[in-house]
Amino acid sequence: MSSVDTVLLSELDGPVPATLPSALGLLSLALGVGALIAPGPVARLTGVDDSPAARSVLPAIGLRELGSAAGLLSGRRPAGWAWSRVAGDAMDLTLLGRALADRSGDRRRRVALTTLAIAGITAVDVLAAVRVGRARRARARVIRMQIAVTVNRSPAEAYRFWRDMENLPRFMAHLESVRADDLRRSHWIARGPAGHRVEWDAEIIDDQPNKSITWRSLPGTRVPNAGRVRFVPAPGDRGTEVRVELRYAPPAGALGRAVAKLFGEEPEQQVRDDLRRFKQVLETGEVVRSEGSPNGISVRQQAMQRPAQPLPSSRR
Amino acid sequence: MKATAWMGTDSVKVIDVPDPKIMNARDAIVRISTTAICGSDLHLYHGYIPAMRKGDILGHEFMGEVVEVGPQVRNLAPGDRVVVPFPIACGHCSSCQRGLYSVCENSNPNAGIAEKIMGHSPAGIFGYSHLLGGYAGGQAEYARVPFADVGPVKVPDEISDDQAVMLADVFPTGYMGAEMCDIKPGQVIAVWGAGPVGLLAAASARLLGAERVIVIDRFPYRLRLAEEHIDAETINYEEADVLDTLNEMTAGRGPDACIDAVGLEGHHGNAAMYAYDRAKQAARVETERPFALRQAILACRSGGVVSVVGAYGGFVDKFPMGAFMNRSLIMRTGQCHVQRYTRPLLERIQRGEIDPSFIVSHRMPLRDASKGYKIFQKKQDDCTKVLLKV
Ligand SMILES: NC(=O)c1ccc[n+]([C@@H]2O[C@H](COP(=O)([O-])OP(=O)(O)OC[C@H]3O[C@@H](n4cnc5c(N)ncnc54)[C@H](O)[C@@H]3O)[C@@H](O)[C@H]2O)c1
Ligand SMILES: [Zn+2]
Ligand SMILES: [Zn+2]
Repeated sequence: MSSVDTVLLSELDGPVPATLPSALGLLSLALGVGALIAPGPVARLTGVDDSPAARSVLPAIGLRELGSAAGLLSGRRPAGWAWSRVAGDAMDLTLLGRALADRSGDRRRRVALTTLAIAGITAVDVLAAVRVGRARRARARVIRMQIAVTVNRSPAEAYRFWRDMENLPRFMAHLESVRADDLRRSHWIARGPAGHRVEWDAEIIDDQPNKSITWRSLPGTRVPNAGRVRFVPAPGDRGTEVRVELRYAPPAGALGRAVAKLFGEEPEQQVRDDLRRFKQVLETGEVVRSEGSPNGISVRQQAMQRPAQPLPSSRR
Repeated sequence: MKATAWMGTDSVKVIDVPDPKIMNARDAIVRISTTAICGSDLHLYHGYIPAMRKGDILGHEFMGEVVEVGPQVRNLAPGDRVVVPFPIACGHCSSCQRGLYSVCENSNPNAGIAEKIMGHSPAGIFGYSHLLGGYAGGQAEYARVPFADVGPVKVPDEISDDQAVMLADVFPTGYMGAEMCDIKPGQVIAVWGAGPVGLLAAASARLLGAERVIVIDRFPYRLRLAEEHIDAETINYEEADVLDTLNEMTAGRGPDACIDAVGLEGHHGNAAMYAYDRAKQAARVETERPFALRQAILACRSGGVVSVVGAYGGFVDKFPMGAFMNRSLIMRTGQCHVQRYTRPLLERIQRGEIDPSFIVSHRMPLRDASKGYKIFQKKQDDCTKVLLKV
């Protein structure tokens, strides 16, 4: 409960990469067991029962498959084990290619069918290996932060304000809007640089009234993200410690760079400013503005102050 | 409208700028009648406070008539005559609720910069650099006043502008300087600086029951005000050794409490000492010239209080920590929590216990602000406090 890392981000460690490798693991298990305990029927089925070598090669393949199965099902280094399956597939295809060349008739047909099936499995294996690898690299890019602010309001008041997700853009500077689709799901739109927008759907996955809210983006999001906010009574009757943990995985490439810009060079500072605005809104009713910082607190605005003079009418 | 703008070191100019408008629901717009130039403005004028921008409107001591209020302001209405405290304070954060208005946790929209320099951010202040919020100041025809439901105080008709505008800063600041001394019957209080803040700290020490008040400065005309209006004893530090004189006056004990009402631009009678810190300050190796503070620490009675209301912005060299620690001194300090004092001090003026406007030496129209800064800076024409009339 202490870390947002336990929140599942589907793209990073959620269902897709987790189920495909284990499905492949089960397939390896079935193949491995088959090749070991019944090499004869397997050889007949695949059309290589006429080869004396098949009787010794098949159990070796079975052992290899059992190795892959153990690796894939263990869940550790799924990318490595997924690629081991691809390597095994390549070996099988080479053997089958040779078998195909010197066979004819019904046997040749069975070998061809086997080759086709293995080629299909290879495609799935490659896909899984690529996906698992991508998820691993995305995980390596994941940005995590933990930032807190003390707000002179009760945990219940702070919780209530945050729980209405449509309030978030009032203090999260990079958000253009959040639309609550129902009590759990919401649609977020963030303002990017040069008018680019990044949109995603999110869901609340854990909701402890007056204590904490945990949310994450739905599968398919280009910028997977998750967050948890806890509302802890501040000692000495000083309101609430609002403790936020966030993590997000900016994609590689151009979109990743855009997202990086969105959060600025100091993403932590931005979130800190968001929390300052949250405090201002809860304690004073709105974001506090000055002539030098007419849009309220933000790192960018602090760096680009306008003179402390009333704004021209056109900018109001 | 016309407004006094900072144009660079040693330069202010009255320029035309747009009229202020409500930006937050708890804002009010005040048409200014009287505004003052403060010793704190001189620190900006001299370029010692970082994060100033050309065109920033100066001024944090002002009063006038409310002309517009935001939808959340219910205690004020157009036509009300008010004086406005210089710290901008929300009234709802825990600092404000503990009466520590000048460290309001919400009023500095540039808190991020302030935190880098000071660890945590103090409150925003009108016309006092982007470090402290980037708020337009009140040496102007109009000002926007944030949190108008917390700061401004209505001024009854029998109180003059000259008296009321003292409540924006210098009277509460001087009073807080004296209050922090925790004065007990029989005590001797020494005050460094006979500017508006020092004089009103000395006067407040009297109000709070000090037995003797000693004021230290080098300008005879200012020391004379202390003698005539406060019945204080005085030391001209250019004519006498301050530590020796204080020891002599207190039979070797030292003053029970010492108030620094000089701040970061102290002056030193000893040319070599002055040159040492002045050169370091110019080279930005040190940001302050803390002569008065060092002397106040050395002078103070063991176990006594050093009350610092003179303003500091950065770092002090040669801080006599040994004296401070070994002699069990106590330091209290802060930008004044003006909102805490405005009403009680207004009542003291109403009851005739004090008229703080005795410090005012000059009144001139707003358009002459630049001249006002010059003569106040150079202490010409026996200048103690300049009021600008709008
Ligand atoms: N804490 C606050 O809230 C607060 C509010 C207002 C002003 N201030 C600060 O108070 C200080 C005084 O303000 P002011 O308006 O009275 O300014 P001022 O410039 O009119 O007065 C300063 C006085 O200090 C004297 N002085 C200089 N060096 C001295 C020394 N070594 N020993 C004794 N006296 C010395 C000067 O001659 C001058 O008379 C400034 O630093 C100002 O920024 C603080
Ligand atoms: Zn002042
Ligand atoms: Zn506050």
